[in-house]
Amino acid sequence: MTDIWQGLVSAFWLVVTLDADLVEITLRSLQVSLSALVIASLVALPFGTWLAIRRFRFRRTTIAILNAFMGLPPVVVGLLVYLLLSRSGPFGVLGLLFTPTAMIIAQVIIITPLIASITHQAMRELWAEYHDLLISMNIPSRARIWTLIVDGRRALLTAALAGFGRAIGEVGAIMIVGGNIDHATRVLTTAIALETGKGDFALALGLGFVLIGLAVSVNLIIHALSGTERGSRW
Amino acid sequence: MIRTLLTSLLIVFAGMTQAETLRMAVTTSFNNSGLSDVLLPVIKEDTGLDVQLLIVGTGQALRLGEAGDVDAILVHSKASEEAFVAGGFGTHRREIMYNDFVLIGPDSDPAEIAKAKTAADALTLIATGQHSFVSRGDDSGTHKKELALWATAALDPAGFEAWYNPVGAGMGASLNTASGLGAYIMADRASWLNFGNKGTLALLFSGDPVLFNQYAYIPINPERHPHVNAAGATSLETWLVSDKARELINGYTVAGEALFTFNAGPK
Repeated sequence: MTDIWQGLVSAFWLVVTLDADLVEITLRSLQVSLSALVIASLVALPFGTWLAIRRFRFRRTTIAILNAFMGLPPVVVGLLVYLLLSRSGPFGVLGLLFTPTAMIIAQVIIITPLIASITHQAMRELWAEYHDLLISMNIPSRARIWTLIVDGRRALLTAALAGFGRAIGEVGAIMIVGGNIDHATRVLTTAIALETGKGDFALALGLGFVLIGLAVSVNLIIHALSGTERGSRW
Repeated sequence: MIRTLLTSLLIVFAGMTQAETLRMAVTTSFNNSGLSDVLLPVIKEDTGLDVQLLIVGTGQALRLGEAGDVDAILVHSKASEEAFVAGGFGTHRREIMYNDFVLIGPDSDPAEIAKAKTAADALTLIATGQHSFVSRGDDSGTHKKELALWATAALDPAGFEAWYNPVGAGMGASLNTASGLGAYIMADRASWLNFGNKGTLALLFSGDPVLFNQYAYIPINPERHPHVNAAGATSLETWLVSDKARELINGYTVAGEALFTFNAGPK
């Protein structure tokens, strides 16, 4: 119990004094996870919507695989990305290993199926509602996807935030491909793992509270910017 | 839309431009001891090198070196290091410094290892009494050393029962486990002194010369991996064997105890 209290105290002091290292790794956490979120969303939102409205031969299999990939083990993704980006691997010449870019690549792979799957679930319901209208108006396929994305933006926001949540709290993959290098690839989660390893539970927990606070702030900001849950709006 | 996309791409690639850097895979004990925090700023000042540390076990450090993902390694497992150099992955092996391993256990010391004469005797006492023991079990330098000590005591961990717990984790995580179980464990002195969650654990046995732990520096072979920063690796080696390094390494203390002894010799 005292450890938890000390964690709260150390989180408080880290934030109040704007500890330089804390600011650096927090910004890097945001940089990596938000970049991964933007890239994954650009792929997953249209793909999930497309899956909801198109009928094709292996649709059921594709959806089942997508749902299964929501639970991709980050450590395995990290190891695969490591082997691909390693100097001895196929993309070694790019020299991307142990850079934030490598961490973004791993996180994109982890969260894309999650965002696409939630998008698909939500869009399926919406499509059932819009189906007759859009078909009868003879709207082309691309415009159908766009209409659904615009009208289903609330559900898509949830999908994206779920992806962000998984990315910002992830440690297994980025530890392997980023290497937790001080001042280069250290982020909040890998710093927490490091401090736990040193037995400094108070600092580890302090960083943990900062991470949770960060996740809450990002969600609040996104909700505020998109004007949801305000007044009489639905 | 396009602007957002470009900005996000810029953010992605912004992290890639850096000063002259050298990536070195080191063992957890080098970093957990706090010595790296003392050495790295001075190295940067003297050589201009921004040394990036990858803190891993010796097993993983050697793998990173074999793949050419780092420019140099600083590890402590002589047999594997010699095999690494013989395999052509490193140019040569340069001894830098040593510290020592210690045996940690519950302060009540039910196996009475504090009275043991040698490290092998101490381990035999733990095994005979079947007192719980935490092993790194992660193919690290410390783990290899522990296995070698069991072998000196003519015991084989493969035949041990439930009291022997290989956790497959780093030094700190293993110490956390030992602290939780009230178990015996072998650790390097540096990690132990810096460890914050000691609980009822205490240092019970140390000083046997077989427990000395030699660190060696190996630059990765540029003939095998032409992209490595060989010039940087050479200037780092020159610094590591210099008098300034001797002063800093020998002078580094935690809780009033010196942790490392500089003993760099000729190539």
